Amino acid sequence: MPLLDVRGLTTRFRTERGELTAVDDVSFSLEAGQTLAIVGESGSGKSVTAMSLMRLIPNPPGRIVAGEILFEGQDLLKLSDAQMRDIRGNRIAMIFQEPMSSLNPALTVGMQIAEPVNVHRKEPWARAFEVARGLLEKVRIPDAASRLQTYPHQYSGGMRQRTMIAMALACQPKLIVADEPTTALDVTVQAQILDLLKELTRETGAALILITHDLGVVARYADAVAVMYGGRIVEQAKAETLYAKPRHPYTQGLLAAIPRLDGPAGHRLVPIAGQPPDLARLPPGCAFAPRCTKADARCAAERPVLREVAPLHFNACHHDVD
Amino acid sequence: MSTEPVQGASELLRVEDLRVHFPLRGTGLLGRSPGVVKAVDGVTFSLAAGQTLGLVGESGCGKSTTGLAVLRMQPVTSGKIIFEGDDITRQQARTGTFRRRMQMVYQDPYGSLNPRMRVSDLIGEPLQVHGMAGNRGEYDDRIAGLLKTVGLLPDMADRYPHEFSGGQRQRIGIARALALEPSLIICDEPVSALDVSIQAQVVNVLMELQERLGLAYLFIAHDLAVVRHLSHRVAVMYLGRIVEIAPRDDLYREPLHPYTQALLSAVPVADPSVEAQRQRVVVQGEVPSAVKPPSGCRFHTRCPHALERCKVDDPPLQDLGGGRSVACHLYDAASTSSAGGRSIPIVRAA
Repeated sequence: MPLLDVRGLTTRFRTERGELTAVDDVSFSLEAGQTLAIVGESGSGKSVTAMSLMRLIPNPPGRIVAGEILFEGQDLLKLSDAQMRDIRGNRIAMIFQEPMSSLNPALTVGMQIAEPVNVHRKEPWARAFEVARGLLEKVRIPDAASRLQTYPHQYSGGMRQRTMIAMALACQPKLIVADEPTTALDVTVQAQILDLLKELTRETGAALILITHDLGVVARYADAVAVMYGGRIVEQAKAETLYAKPRHPYTQGLLAAIPRLDGPAGHRLVPIAGQPPDLARLPPGCAFAPRCTKADARCAAERPVLREVAPLHFNACHHDVD
Repeated sequence: MSTEPVQGASELLRVEDLRVHFPLRGTGLLGRSPGVVKAVDGVTFSLAAGQTLGLVGESGCGKSTTGLAVLRMQPVTSGKIIFEGDDITRQQARTGTFRRRMQMVYQDPYGSLNPRMRVSDLIGEPLQVHGMAGNRGEYDDRIAGLLKTVGLLPDMADRYPHEFSGGQRQRIGIARALALEPSLIICDEPVSALDVSIQAQVVNVLMELQERLGLAYLFIAHDLAVVRHLSHRVAVMYLGRIVEIAPRDDLYREPLHPYTQALLSAVPVADPSVEAQRQRVVVQGEVPSAVKPPSGCRFHTRCPHALERCKVDDPPLQDLGGGRSVACHLYDAASTSSAGGRSIPIVRAA
């Protein structure tokens, strides 16, 4: 049994422009200890997928309308709010993009890391603070004991994100969901934080879902990749396979569009024509069809389903025929 | 100093020992000044006509302040800015005649265009300000031509910015910058707010325009792959200083400064098979505060190769020949022997 098995997850939002489907029939699974990257551009549905997993979709305007989220065999969508609170921050932890807005500015760092240990593990506060000190050491914040008494504003961006990782690890979660954890950070700090996150998940055996727009980060840290476009997963494979043999025209387009640190420079990049789709006005067929060079009448009319086109390689494209 | 541009091209912009210091507000103990932030602290470079100089570094390194100082939108503490042969250091952006020839493209395509203005007015405003609008017919033709130049349709002239996507807005910003036929455009993170699939469109527009119009760019960005793609030469900044400047291929193939090495190493390549085999240089910690930069070499607190003298001696940017300069004691002829068994990157004359 996989650690996490998401089936047909669908999340909708009511907006002024009508109801839009931000996450549409998304399915994937994840084994313990594995790192799955969910990549996509803004509006692709990757962050809403993460928030749906945590059941943190604000209702209204949002609502999970269909699907199952089987975590250790249990459907999270069937749990009461109280039961879900027992899991959140305990067995599933989340790391957000903005460490400053996800840390409480009025509480000491020690308090914030110790809290989940006290709440979920029922450890007395003194013991919880001990655990917090150990965690700060683990995320390599120097002088951990005295740092417990300080406030988030006294920290740099990288230190705040280390604090977020310490909080996430506090209850030894089985799954960590990290939504663009390093997007706000400088590149040398990004490397430190992601290396640390990867090392700690390896050590604790936790699985990691890494939400990102950065194909380089995916290549360095992920075991498997799901590419999202217009609210759907359009391609999914092991990382090596996806980069070596991308099959969906969107994935191929993305990889051709980015300049690389290696390889040729100064040539014309191959952009993907057109604009990312408007979720409120998705075409009836394939969401990528208006930008796709291979698109034909069938693509415009009929939405392709995600199917296994090679072992463990899934693609949602009418033109993928072996 | 090997900050001169690639041979055969004429120098368009020269920046000499530029310093931009910001006094901290409020009074310190006993009425003493609480100090200054040395955002740019002795920057020297030059840029040839029709070429691109990439200016890279992490947040707070002074790259954007350098750009604003060159545009004369930021008061200069000391140093010189020579543009098209004239010393513009004491001129101001609003009144300086040079501003026809030097324009800017901003990072945020949403915040930098007035939402109440039509595209035709946004693009045409510089022409009106400089009294170059001509008669109605000429003006409309000019706007239509500029829209076409950046890959937009002439009939978009009557629309408002909100009707455009991020990539299209950035093209409008470029068209506005082109209106006065400048010789230099300062681009401050022009693609970093755009989605990956859109970035390539804007990068291509910038490259095409350079070829067609002979524009020079000072291309300020944190994305090392985009900078590599567009630049002829690249300068790497750290805490207000240029630590290394070199022709593009030399810098990326064989970075000399330990900070450049760490920076390049930190950027993942979008290829798992490459990543699996990459040798990585990892630096610890974060960029120190610019209010109290470290003594000696500003990078010594994070440098894996730091020597004793790096803590006290501030290394100057020294010319290594072949258009390369680096500010690092590892490349002092005298320091080679004192480095003991450390492996020192080999300096090759190009």
